[in-house]
Amino acid sequence: MRPEEGTMQSRARIIAALLEQLTDQPVIICNGFPSREAHKIADRATHFYMIGSMGTAAAIGLGVALNKPNKKVIVLDGDGNVLMGMGTLATVAALKPKNFVHVVLDNEVYGTTGNQPTISNVVRLEQVAKAAGYVNVERAIEREDAVYEFKAMLKKDGPSMLLVKVTEQCEDAGRVLIEPADMTQRFKKAIEQTS
Amino acid sequence: MIESDAFVQALQDVGFDFFTGVPDSILGGIIETLMERRLYTPAVREDEAVAMAAGAYMAGKVPMVLMQNSGVGTSLNAIISLNVIYKQPCLLLISWRGFQGKDAPEHLVMGENMTQVLDSVKIPHRTISEQTLVDDLHWTAQTFMKERVPVALLLKKGIVKSLHP
Repeated sequence: MRPEEGTMQSRARIIAALLEQLTDQPVIICNGFPSREAHKIADRATHFYMIGSMGTAAAIGLGVALNKPNKKVIVLDGDGNVLMGMGTLATVAALKPKNFVHVVLDNEVYGTTGNQPTISNVVRLEQVAKAAGYVNVERAIEREDAVYEFKAMLKKDGPSMLLVKVTEQCEDAGRVLIEPADMTQRFKKAIEQTS
Repeated sequence: MIESDAFVQALQDVGFDFFTGVPDSILGGIIETLMERRLYTPAVREDEAVAMAAGAYMAGKVPMVLMQNSGVGTSLNAIISLNVIYKQPCLLLISWRGFQGKDAPEHLVMGENMTQVLDSVKIPHRTISEQTLVDDLHWTAQTFMKERVPVALLLKKGIVKSLHP
């Protein structure tokens, strides 16, 4: 594979740029640094931050998307998480929720446990999603490209996957201190109004 | 033996309205009825199923997950680090393979330790019988609403009609 062109950004910069495009859409954020960073960048009641159950972010998002068909549901996922729950790419593709936008922030490492390599440098996860049957699939490196594709996916019928290559850099963000049970009720109430 | 149609109706009557899971032969008749009623969303793994149930709950549904007891092993981390700590209730309908050692070898260890596994992670459970079904479902609904935790109902072979008797 030849080296990809473009200037890679930190995950936090990409998360900030994508969250800027959103208002009241439900967002599920995978465990580890992605949740901590998203919480630090912009905490909203419509955000669901995971702290455990690695590999299930897309499945939680799918459960929301199937039951809130008129609202775009966004999953902010990581490469290690997608690899762990890869079967869910098939479930999403089979059920074809039009309102499902799956963002994969791919840094090719398990960042939370000390940057051990995943295998996403070899396996192109957006191609796995495409083969499974995701309707729109894009891969981006530059921040502007990621934002452009994300905005398009918010308008299109999905399921969609946007994979953004990011650096290993982690933002200095502490643990999310909201009680898990409180977060469930906060999120539930925040998305109640939307059908 | 309980007809699967009556069983599903009883579940709907107490409020369950989102059904997902991974099949087992003991659950075959129930899943067929759920599919006929267009209520069933198939999952590919049990941890995926309990996570979908968590999402469905937060989207206003009353979810139920069907699985073979081997799937308890597959999904235990998701159940305890998602559904339990986030207080996202769901009904786990678990078929009890390997009950009293009468099953294929792969089911025997989980079959023998089924209730201990659930007890050790404090998941409330009951074992369904034809006589107590209505009471079991009311207990489930009450525990579910009051404590907002996953609750398990264990289903042995020969209680609800399956596809292949």
